Amino acid sequence: MAASIINSYSDPSSTEWMNAPHSTGTSIMACEFNGGVVIGADSRTTTGVYIANRVTDKLTKITDNIYCCRSGSAADTQAIADIVTYHLNFHKMELGEEPLVQTAASIFRELCYNYRDSLMAGILVAGWDKRLGGQIYSIPIGGMVSRQAVSIGGSGSSYVYGYVDANFKPNMSKEDAVKFVTNTLTLAMLRDGSSGGVVRLGVITEAGVERSVILGDQLPKFYEG
Amino acid sequence: MSSIGTGYDLSASQFSPDGRVFQVEYAAKAVENSGTVIGLRGKDGVVFAVEKLVTSKLYEPGANKRIFHVDEHVGMAVAGLISDARQIVETARSEASNYRSQYGIPVPLKYLNERVSMYMHAYTLYSAVRPYGCSVVMGTWSEYDGPQMYMLDPSGVSFSYFGCAVGKAKQAAKTEIEKLKLADMSVKDLVKEAARIIYLVHDELKDKQFELELSWVCAASRGRHEAVSRAVAAEAEGLARQALADIEDSDEGDM
Amino acid sequence: MAFMGDIMNPAPLWNNGPSPGAFFNFPGNTSVVTSSNHSVQEFRAHSQSPITTTTTVIGLKYDKGVVIAADTLGSYGSLARFRDCPRVMKVNDLILLGSGGDYADFQYLKDIIEQKIIDEQCIGDGLQLKPRSLHCWLTRVLYNKRSKMDPLWNNYVVAGIQDGEPFLGTVDKLGTAYEDSIIATGLGAHMATPLLRNALQAGNIDEQSAKALVRKCMEVLFYRDARSFPRYQLGVVTADGVTIDDVAEIKHDWSLAHMIKML
Repeated sequence: MAASIINSYSDPSSTEWMNAPHSTGTSIMACEFNGGVVIGADSRTTTGVYIANRVTDKLTKITDNIYCCRSGSAADTQAIADIVTYHLNFHKMELGEEPLVQTAASIFRELCYNYRDSLMAGILVAGWDKRLGGQIYSIPIGGMVSRQAVSIGGSGSSYVYGYVDANFKPNMSKEDAVKFVTNTLTLAMLRDGSSGGVVRLGVITEAGVERSVILGDQLPKFYEG
Repeated sequence: MSSIGTGYDLSASQFSPDGRVFQVEYAAKAVENSGTVIGLRGKDGVVFAVEKLVTSKLYEPGANKRIFHVDEHVGMAVAGLISDARQIVETARSEASNYRSQYGIPVPLKYLNERVSMYMHAYTLYSAVRPYGCSVVMGTWSEYDGPQMYMLDPSGVSFSYFGCAVGKAKQAAKTEIEKLKLADMSVKDLVKEAARIIYLVHDELKDKQFELELSWVCAASRGRHEAVSRAVAAEAEGLARQALADIEDSDEGDM
Repeated sequence: MAFMGDIMNPAPLWNNGPSPGAFFNFPGNTSVVTSSNHSVQEFRAHSQSPITTTTTVIGLKYDKGVVIAADTLGSYGSLARFRDCPRVMKVNDLILLGSGGDYADFQYLKDIIEQKIIDEQCIGDGLQLKPRSLHCWLTRVLYNKRSKMDPLWNNYVVAGIQDGEPFLGTVDKLGTAYEDSIIATGLGAHMATPLLRNALQAGNIDEQSAKALVRKCMEVLFYRDARSFPRYQLGVVTADGVTIDDVAEIKHDWSLAHMIKML
């Protein structure tokens, strides 16, 4: 396998990438702040080394106040997100109120755990509910779940753990949190070949979600020597 | 019940010409013969009290309990046919357990109540089954939602209550409950009131022996449903007996 | 979950789709695509490896109870990814359970055990699950899973009070089980076991020295286990009940570094 990957790089005419699955080789992030959570993601979807989509939206709506950031196989994570969306909408009607973020995370967890051998999915579930405010649940491959104040995921995340640990502060303002997420994702995209494009952001508060995009040529500048 | 004997009361799946389902009404009668059950919802929790009629001296003390745990945080007090009630308890337990395994959090009482109500209601629809001959009261307390309590009828109808009573002496008990300022009271006081009401409405002439069952789910029990501790129960029961004796004394004085 | 079938035996992820061969095995095959009767297991790659992992659990019996300890790190390969993975759980007033290995599998079994305890409390007869029973139950569950070629990738350490006496036992992912007065799993089996054995050779110890000994082992493991972490949970079970201390920090000592002569 390793040899075939090397070949595909050295020989551009190789068709290995044609059969490779669509993967969101990704940088995703979620960060709590004093009124909710900020979520963010890059926009690159790759098929081997080919960028199948350069403006992907990896921030997927589950309910009005709950979103997920998807990493891993695009097909798997979309299917899971669809199932959870359906389930939570039904649950919302039964309860007569907005579902809790924990509830969403539990359903994601259940799916990712029960089918861990068939799925390639690393998901961050982030949202706001009236019980616990802004929350983030990380569900990596394998199907565990852990609540985190800040969480990163995808292939790009491994390059920025240090940056996140050094710069995260609890109870940031919204502006600081947005800046922090943008910087982290930009740094991850710069070092990870499977991440790139634009930074897509979402700010989830009691009021709902505010989506925004920072284009690839308007990202913050860092040392590039 | 002028329509009795007209043949419209033989099945739960058939209406009478005046639009009644007699089997359901008979089920309600079964509940009315049971010992009194009351539920009180105060500011910091819910208290259950049951007048458990002891029909034979050969029973061990504490046999045939009428207050059950449904989940850590939910209690259920039952009136009516005990065997029917136990099945409702089982249903509620499995609903609570399923909810926990699916959503990873304790079941909200509102949701549990809807599910159990639907279950009981289903038994009022078919000729092959009879309705449940029991009413149940469910209660919980949580940090976020505070105290909640629902009472469920054999018909499958349920309501949320501040205070409710069901069984033999429900009328007398309701009259007593209505005198209380439930929303301002703590479970500590409610336990005493609950015990007093059960002692007060107990009919010594018709039913000789009874056991008082007390439980609560409140802030002090950290949202867990549990039997009221022996010391607190003994105190409440002592006060209840005293209150009853006082009334009897004053009655004699009047004469 | 209702739509996923029983917790022990989940329904296939993709249901009501064409069954294998439905399109080309035409003799005796209708054109109607019937729902697949194949269970999820038949398509599964088995014996997966652990993903988010935790390391050693230490258990030690003393005269009146049992101490167990485990750090709170969830490793993702060599990445120290999750720093808040508590894995010493109170089962009831008689039992503490510690787990090492795959954290997702631990969370799965933890939910099942917690429901078991709730079911038991619902019965309301005041009887409680005892540690030897849980230990035995775990051997059955783990052996059953490994026999389906789909093991729960964990080492469990059961600590408790059985009829007034301290109990300490372990079960691994294959269902292999034993009891001992000292238990350490993972790398700790190699590094902490000798330390604990030496200390115990002197005879029975009390709670204070048991705790100190376990803390010492956690410190040594922090120095020598590449998947360890300086924050850990320490739990004690005695006849009085179960306590799990707040997450504690290991005090490191690196003064040794000065003794190395730099040329």
